[in-house]
Amino acid sequence: MPESRPTESIAAPGLIERLGANFLYFVEQCGMMGAFLLETLSKILTPPFRLRPVLKQVHFIGARSWLVIVVSGTFVGMVVALQFYDTLVRFGSVSLLGSAVGLSLIRELGPVLTALMIIGRAGSAICAEVGIMRSENQIDALECMSIDPYRYLIAPKLLAGIVSLPLLTAIFDCVGIVGGYFVGVVLFGVGSGAYFEGMAESVVWNDVAMGIVKSLAFGLIIVWISAGRGFFLHRERVGAFGAEGVSRVTTNAVVLSSIAVLFTDYLISSVML
Amino acid sequence: MVIGEKAAPPVIEVESLVTHYGHRNILGGVDLTIERGEIFVIMGGSGSGKSTLLRHLLGLRRPTSGRIRVLGQDINDISKKELYRLRRNIGVAFQGGALFGSLSLIENVELPLREHTKLDDSTIGIMSRMKLEMMNLSGYEDLMPSELSGGMLKRAGLARAVVMDPKLLFFDEPSAGLDPVTSAELDQHILRLRDALHMTIVVVTHELESAFKIADRIAVLGDGTVALTGTVQEVRESDDPRIRNMVNRKPRDEPIDSEAYLQRLTRSSRR
Repeated sequence: MPESRPTESIAAPGLIERLGANFLYFVEQCGMMGAFLLETLSKILTPPFRLRPVLKQVHFIGARSWLVIVVSGTFVGMVVALQFYDTLVRFGSVSLLGSAVGLSLIRELGPVLTALMIIGRAGSAICAEVGIMRSENQIDALECMSIDPYRYLIAPKLLAGIVSLPLLTAIFDCVGIVGGYFVGVVLFGVGSGAYFEGMAESVVWNDVAMGIVKSLAFGLIIVWISAGRGFFLHRERVGAFGAEGVSRVTTNAVVLSSIAVLFTDYLISSVML
Repeated sequence: MVIGEKAAPPVIEVESLVTHYGHRNILGGVDLTIERGEIFVIMGGSGSGKSTLLRHLLGLRRPTSGRIRVLGQDINDISKKELYRLRRNIGVAFQGGALFGSLSLIENVELPLREHTKLDDSTIGIMSRMKLEMMNLSGYEDLMPSELSGGMLKRAGLARAVVMDPKLLFFDEPSAGLDPVTSAELDQHILRLRDALHMTIVVVTHELESAFKIADRIAVLGDGTVALTGTVQEVRESDDPRIRNMVNRKPRDEPIDSEAYLQRLTRSSRR
């Protein structure tokens, strides 16, 4: 058994040892995060249910993000219309502009870009908040007051994420379509009737459903990863606590949830198309 | 139990507690008994394992081996539900207060009452204000934790810890980072809690002066074991070198192994 002095215990580890250690660490992290999600979901599904904390989080994740979503949605709609117009005009089929904008926004761009914006705005904040609570012993204090941190702290955030993302995505889609209208119809003179008619004809329920499923999944993923990374700050391998630890897990949470969102996006698209 | 041997069972019993961080051995067989109504101080330098021991007593860590009984229950052998029920009889004041940044001072103190009782708002308000009054914090109810000083945060943490009138109170480093006057005031608060509310109080600290002032009994931790358990008098008069060094504030003089020393210096610093 290695003694408390680090001098004896650390002989330079070889490649295999490090690979093994990294793999074990990865497995441990996956298990921890999985258990974290299950525990939180079980707290969401069992009484007592409380509305107030959830509303507070919906206010933070959802309501206070509306401006970001409206602004980015407008510009994304505009640039999508611009790009499609430029392509479609070469084939003489600008009448397809409405359906192209509508489909791409509702199926892909709306859910994904909303999720990415919310990761930057709310995911990072959630991770930092939970991480600081961990490093200042506030989560231990909750435990010691017999207040379940999963129920009190994490569950409202997760539920709020699942509720907010579809709503924000809907806003994003709408302003995006309006932005596309502005570029396509007002600037380039595509017929207003053709724009909306084409959209109404080509966008079917399955497309809308895909957008909703995606945004629900993204809401869950964002809060799960962000809150979980902060929650397990103390289980990090290196220099866990304090400001540096919080900043590192926050960066990590943003990167990880972005990747997870894009990967899930592909998964859902491939299943539902 | 033999009848008449002891009136009340001990509040905390620790039997040969062993724990590790990874491969590093932190506690190597700790035995402790804490009796009802006493102020028990766990003392030790930094790295002696006293914070780890506290986390074990609170059930926040699982030991490698050994048994811990708190208020008659083995805290590593009960369900989460039972642990939560047990903890309602326990108050914990954390080092930096550990107040929730999103709640005001009074909301922090009210939180345990709101979560665990069905009292109406005005009763909860009165009970919380009583505890704030006791800690000389009245008038600051609506401030946020970020607006409070270190000493106030500690007192607020203490107010929150005792708001449910626990039987057992843990206090982590009451005097760390405080000026002597504030620290002496906190000692007064601790004594008053024991006398007025008959709590059993476990204090973890490295401050000798404060420990000698408040303790009924002291356990001195060193290198992961209990070097001595005894009254203030016994600790003062102990001839264990580790305790003598601590009481006399002498730096420990470890013999230097020149071979190992050179090896440590020349070891390429890669982590």
